[in-house]
Amino acid sequence: MHAVIAAAALPLFLGALLSDWAYSSSHQVQWINFSSWLIAGGLVVAGLALPWAVASVLRTRAPGHRGGMAYLLMLLATFVIGFLNALVHARDAWATMPTGLVLSAVVLVLAVATSALGLASLRRRVAP
Amino acid sequence: MTRRQRIAVALVAAGALAATLTAVIAASDTATGQHGANPELPAPERGLLPDMRIAEPTGWGERLPTVPQGWTIKAIATDLKIPRQTLVLPNGDILVAEGKGGGAPVLTPKDYIAGLIKAKGTTPVKGGNRLTLLRDADGDGTYEGRWVYAENLNAPYGLAFAGDRLYVANQDALVRFDYVAGQTRAAAPPVTVAKLPSEINHHWTKALAADAEGRYLYVGIGSNSNIGERGMAVEESRALVWQVDASTGATRPFATGLRNPTALAIEPGNRQLWAVVNERDELGPDLVPDYLTSVREGAFYGWPYAYWGPNADRRVQPPDDQKVKATVRPDYALQSHSAPLGLAFAPPGLLAAPFAEGAFIGLHGSWNRKQPVGYKVIFVPFQQGRPSGPPVDFVSGFQAGGKTMGRPVGVTLDPKGAVIVADDLSNTVWRATPAR
Repeated sequence: MHAVIAAAALPLFLGALLSDWAYSSSHQVQWINFSSWLIAGGLVVAGLALPWAVASVLRTRAPGHRGGMAYLLMLLATFVIGFLNALVHARDAWATMPTGLVLSAVVLVLAVATSALGLASLRRRVAP
Repeated sequence: MTRRQRIAVALVAAGALAATLTAVIAASDTATGQHGANPELPAPERGLLPDMRIAEPTGWGERLPTVPQGWTIKAIATDLKIPRQTLVLPNGDILVAEGKGGGAPVLTPKDYIAGLIKAKGTTPVKGGNRLTLLRDADGDGTYEGRWVYAENLNAPYGLAFAGDRLYVANQDALVRFDYVAGQTRAAAPPVTVAKLPSEINHHWTKALAADAEGRYLYVGIGSNSNIGERGMAVEESRALVWQVDASTGATRPFATGLRNPTALAIEPGNRQLWAVVNERDELGPDLVPDYLTSVREGAFYGWPYAYWGPNADRRVQPPDDQKVKATVRPDYALQSHSAPLGLAFAPPGLLAAPFAEGAFIGLHGSWNRKQPVGYKVIFVPFQQGRPSGPPVDFVSGFQAGGKTMGRPVGVTLDPKGAVIVADDLSNTVWRATPAR
C-alpha cells in the first residue's frame, strides 16, 4: 500500500523539476511558485507513506528480508532532501537558483529509485 | 538485523540528520550598530531558514518607556485601533491615523507560514480605518478630549496639513478634508485628490508630506515584494516617491528605487524632502541597512537591482547593469532590519541641545534577525541641514525580559516641544515632554 502512495509523489516531484527548469530558463517567477507548491504536495504524499514503511519494517522479523529497510531509508532520504528543497524554494526569486534546480533533480531520482524498489517488492509479494 | 538493531540504526540516522540540519540552519549574527554615511556592508548570506526573532507581545503593566534625563513620558491615549502616524494641528490637537491595510494574496507555502509567524508579533486588534482627534483643552498634559474625526477610511496612514486642508493617504487614495479650526469632526466626507497604486499592496502604507506652501504633496509608495519575487509587472509605480499637485491631482514619479519609503518629512532648514526607507530582507543580519535620506529629484535609489549604491542583488533576474550603475547612495544608514516607520524634524528653536537640530525616527523593530534591533525612537543630530553624528536613543525600553511591550511607528512634535509617538502594538499614543 505505502509503495503505491510513495509512487504517487513521483509526478509531483517531476512537475517541480520541470517548473524549476522553466523558471531557470525564462526568469518568470510564477514557475518557481508552482515548484514550491508541487514540492509541498510531494512531501505530504511521501510523508503519508513514511509511517507505513516504518511499520512494515518493524513488523517483518523474517531474516534476509532487507528490502523493507533499504526502501525505508530511501523513502526517508527522499523526504529529508525534499524538505531541504522546500526550504531552498522558500528563498526569494533567483536566490532559489541553482541549488533548487539541482535538489529537485536529486529528489526526483531518489523518488524514482524508491518507487522502483517499493513496487518491485510489491510485485514479488503478489507473485505466486 | 534484529528488530532492536533496526530501531537503533533508525535512531542514529535520525540523530545525525538533526545535527546536520542544525549546523546548516545556524548562521552568524552580530549587533554592530550600523549608522552613518559609510556603513559596513558584509557579504550577503542566507541559510536554509531566514534568521528570525518575532516580538513576543506583553502588556506594559506599571512599566513606562525610557526617556533621556530631564524628560518625562506618559500615555495620552490607549485602546486605539492600531495607531500609525500622528499629526499635530495648529491649535495643538493631535490626529491619529488608525488602520491596517495589505492583505496581499498567498502565492507560495512560504507566504502562508510567514504570515502566521509574523502575525504573532503584532496586535490582534482590528484596524480602526479612522482618524481619532485628541485634545488637551486646559494644557495640563492630559488629553481629556477624544473624538472620532473621520471614519470609514481605507487604512489611513500618511497625514499632512497645508493651507487649512488636511490630507490623508489611504492605502488606495490620497484624500482631503477642509479643516476648520477647533473642529472635532470632519464636516463632510473626504474628497479624493488622486488615486494611489493599490494592486496587491504587499507594502501598503502610503507615507505623506506637504511642502510649506501646500502646492505639492509627496507620497511614499512601497514595493509589492521583498525583492521582485512577485514578478516585475506588479512593480509598476511602486517603490518610489510620487509628487502630487495638490490642486489638480496630477502625479509624477519624484524619485524611484526606494523599496519602502515609510515616512516623509521636510527638513526645516533647507526645506528639503527627506525619507526613511525600509530596505530588503533575507541577505543576513547586517544587510541591507535601512536608511534616512534626502530625496533627490529624479534619483534612483537601487531597488530591486542594487543596494546602497551600485551593489548588485543577484536575486533579481534578469539583471539590469544600467540600473545598478545609476544607483545613488542614500545619505545616512540606519541599523539593518530596524524598520524605521516614523520621521519628524525638530523645528528651529523649539528644543534645547542636544535635540535642537535633527530628526526623530521611530524604529518599529526587526524580525529578520536573531538579535532584535530597533524597538525605540532615535534622534539623528543635524548641522546645516545634514546629519552630523551618530544616533542617540530618545525613547527606548519597549522590550524587557525577552518580551515586547510596544513598537513605535509615527513620531511628531507639538508646539510645546513634546514628542508624540504612536505605538501600534500596545495601541497607545505616548507623549514625551522636556522639563521646563
